[in-house]
Amino acid sequence: MDYKSAGLSDSEYKRINELLEREPNPLETQLIGVMWSEHCSYKSTKRLLKTYPSKGKYVLQGQGENAGVVDMGEGWGFAFKVESHNHPSAVAPFQGAATGVGGIIRDIIAMGARPSVSMDGLFFGDPSLKKTETLSKGIVEGIGAYGNAVGVPIAGGKTFYSPCYTDNPLVNAFSAGFVRLDKMASSQTAKKGDLAVLLGSKTGRDGIAGASFASRELDEDSKASKPQIQIGDPFEEKLLIECCMDLLEKGLIASMQDMGAAGILSSSSEIAHKSGCGIDISVEKIPLREKGMAPWEIFLSESQERMLLIVEEDKLDPVFALAAHYGLDCAVVGMMTDSNRYRVYENGELIADLPTSILGDTPEVIWPSAEPANIKERIAIDPSNLKSIDPENDLLSLISCPNGRSKHGIWEQYDSMVQLHTIEGPGSPVAVVEVPDTERACLLTMEAEPNKCWTDPYMGASETMALSLRGLWISGAEILGMTNCLNFASPEAPEKFYELEQSIKGLADTCRSLDCPVVSGNVSLYNETASGQIYPTPLVVTAGLLKDRRKHLASGNAGTGDTLYIVGNLCGSLGASRYQVMKNGKPAGKTVRPDHDKEKLFRERAMKTAADGVASSGRAVAGGGIAVALANEAIASDRGINIEINSSIAAEELLFSEGGARAIYAVPKEKADSFEKIWEGFPCTEIGTVGGDKFEWKDMLSVDLSKLKKAFLEGCF
Amino acid sequence: MKTAVVVFPGSNCDRDVQRAVSESMKTAVDMVWHEEENFSRQPDLVILPGGFSYGDYLRSGAMAARSPIIKAVKEHAARGGLVLGICNGFQILTETKMLPGALLSNTSLTFICSRCYVRVEQTDNKFTSGLKKGEVLQFPIAHHEGLFFLPDNELKKIEDAGRVVFRYADQATGKAGAEYAPNGALNGIAGICSEKGNILGLMPHPERATIPHLNGGTDGIRFWDSIANAFAERGVC
Repeated sequence: MDYKSAGLSDSEYKRINELLEREPNPLETQLIGVMWSEHCSYKSTKRLLKTYPSKGKYVLQGQGENAGVVDMGEGWGFAFKVESHNHPSAVAPFQGAATGVGGIIRDIIAMGARPSVSMDGLFFGDPSLKKTETLSKGIVEGIGAYGNAVGVPIAGGKTFYSPCYTDNPLVNAFSAGFVRLDKMASSQTAKKGDLAVLLGSKTGRDGIAGASFASRELDEDSKASKPQIQIGDPFEEKLLIECCMDLLEKGLIASMQDMGAAGILSSSSEIAHKSGCGIDISVEKIPLREKGMAPWEIFLSESQERMLLIVEEDKLDPVFALAAHYGLDCAVVGMMTDSNRYRVYENGELIADLPTSILGDTPEVIWPSAEPANIKERIAIDPSNLKSIDPENDLLSLISCPNGRSKHGIWEQYDSMVQLHTIEGPGSPVAVVEVPDTERACLLTMEAEPNKCWTDPYMGASETMALSLRGLWISGAEILGMTNCLNFASPEAPEKFYELEQSIKGLADTCRSLDCPVVSGNVSLYNETASGQIYPTPLVVTAGLLKDRRKHLASGNAGTGDTLYIVGNLCGSLGASRYQVMKNGKPAGKTVRPDHDKEKLFRERAMKTAADGVASSGRAVAGGGIAVALANEAIASDRGINIEINSSIAAEELLFSEGGARAIYAVPKEKADSFEKIWEGFPCTEIGTVGGDKFEWKDMLSVDLSKLKKAFLEGCF
Repeated sequence: MKTAVVVFPGSNCDRDVQRAVSESMKTAVDMVWHEEENFSRQPDLVILPGGFSYGDYLRSGAMAARSPIIKAVKEHAARGGLVLGICNGFQILTETKMLPGALLSNTSLTFICSRCYVRVEQTDNKFTSGLKKGEVLQFPIAHHEGLFFLPDNELKKIEDAGRVVFRYADQATGKAGAEYAPNGALNGIAGICSEKGNILGLMPHPERATIPHLNGGTDGIRFWDSIANAFAERGVC
């Protein structure tokens, strides 16, 4: 085996020889090559990810496990993680997206949690192209086909269009589940003498070496990569969920790990390394889907719907009995040892013998970083091109454009209600689900601001993170933690590495000052094709907790006669805003500079507003600015809105600027005094009332509610 | 009243129905695995829940219709016992021929999950006697194969016999019919019952409109109450 075709560099191969004090055999080279790939090792980002704040009062399990776990109270943990499936979805949209959903669900199972809620971040290309239509159709159908059958509700998500994703769409699959704290599973609790058991699908030639596929750019040959795409079977996955839940309930599993990238190899070596053990695996004991598979194919296969269980010998019989009950394949393939060696046998012959540390403690790569040469061009903004001459038309354009309009065409294809615990589903800025058998609710926001990250990766990422927190604060939720998916181009280009580094810094700084630990995540690099690179796309999902779900302050609940307020500055920035991109065709200008002290003042007041129940509705100001926030509120509440703001700010700045801690609230008249008292010490402006059947803004615009709705729902006016 | 929910491999609304029924009707609920040949405790109501039994890889419900438990379900129905099939459960009932018709792909050729309105078309059966004929209820839908189909002559037969129990409707006007079906169902049929009125199949999910603080509404409670009250008056079948 040529080490280069195993993806290893000269220096890496040299290092391997030193560590082993010999040359690795071809199988060993292959195994190490995959574990040292970007996708498995995070070698380019490990150092940067360490800068994330990881501790918080609710964190039970931080980064390093299959998923993070936070404490929901009353004995419940909440395991959650987001993961990319970008490269497979670009080549085979339906299967790529479907197996993305399946893969993240198994990460949740591996924590012992029943998968309870999913969300998806989708980034599609130029919406006017046939190619985008084909890719997005396939991706959405794939997510639906898998998620619906496996019975995990898709309670929300994010869909974003930009020409930068035309050849390289992104699929970020999020899943989460509730777990009784005494039933939590781990990949670090295997011990000598325990048996390694494969549960689920047989191993086939599908998805061989998908991890290395995801560790390079997409090129014309990617179509030839089809064998590297896995095929999903949600029925098998559903059985796997039920079987694993039963096994955990009965206390039959010592440790477990899902099989994702690099299949049996990564799951078994991780469990051995993290548990401080060794493992012996007999390759001929692995149930196969087809004959004649070589050991390296078997170890690297990414066949879906498999779990690795570590079982104490005396519990083997009941494990096999449960597997049979669910009609799942189950086989003992190896045994944990105390050797700290990863050993592979084929019919008794030792064919690979590596220290577990060589597979587990992977090397780092430090890439040079350089500010992009065109950064000045990216941040330059020409206000003269941005005048809003017809605010009404601009507003209608903003709420009907692909990024602004309702995404019901997508989310109605997903089952958002199965499992009977969805309180707020897709279409709402915050997804809300019940915590089982309690009065509590778990709240989730998913955010990404690629345009803002393009013009300024640090500030864009900061704003992304703050936006996800604001939504939860307004709802009244305490922040539990965040998971993130970092989608970037090749780190080997210094300008691209700079974007990555700055984005992570923006997320880390914001999380640190605003008390949001990072508990899990995933990095997807090399998102580029011959036609270009994607914008820096950090996506975050933040989880919050409401101890009393009745205290949830929702949006879209404004009542006739309510007074409307804007809290925060009247004006943000037009830089890289939805309005600016619509007018200029591509993002330019910086968003608002992060101000964490101000965010804290906002947090305190927003939380109190919800807790005291003084508002009937609250909504963060996000894409499209105050005008779009108000329009969305009018549509969701099915009520007219009347606004009058006396200000010398230019129309486009006042209506459409974005960024910063800002929200609109609808407040019942009798509670206006209490509301204003809460917001003392923070900018708070009374701007109008709720009622009638028009969105009227004095001296700006007047649109019938029905026209507004049509624009939003149908994407035309 | 005792309820049994049959669990097929791939069922995914089994636990939802269990919760909805036990919270609304306050009945004991047994979860019965499809491989059983008998109900260990004779139920009064058997529910075939929604989901993707056997992945729906052949035709929706076709494999489940051949599960061992189906014989016991048929015997229960023959004795006049109540059988309710929701969504995939309805598809299974048509595959077992306990109800006529077939559920074909939605005309949109996509899965649809949304709120949905149905009009109560008849109340002379064991399920809807507590509802008012002509009233419109909201039960969410979530399916890919919900287009109810029957050849014209058979369709006329079940219409004439008054076996159409629920029809898709417009919330505002209360009008019902094919034009309000989200899936292209013939005559806008959302649910039908057996000749004796003890077997009901419907595509919408009443269990998703049962827990008041969730996002599916509360009209399902009235449906469950109707079943429970009728049963209390009539007693064991």
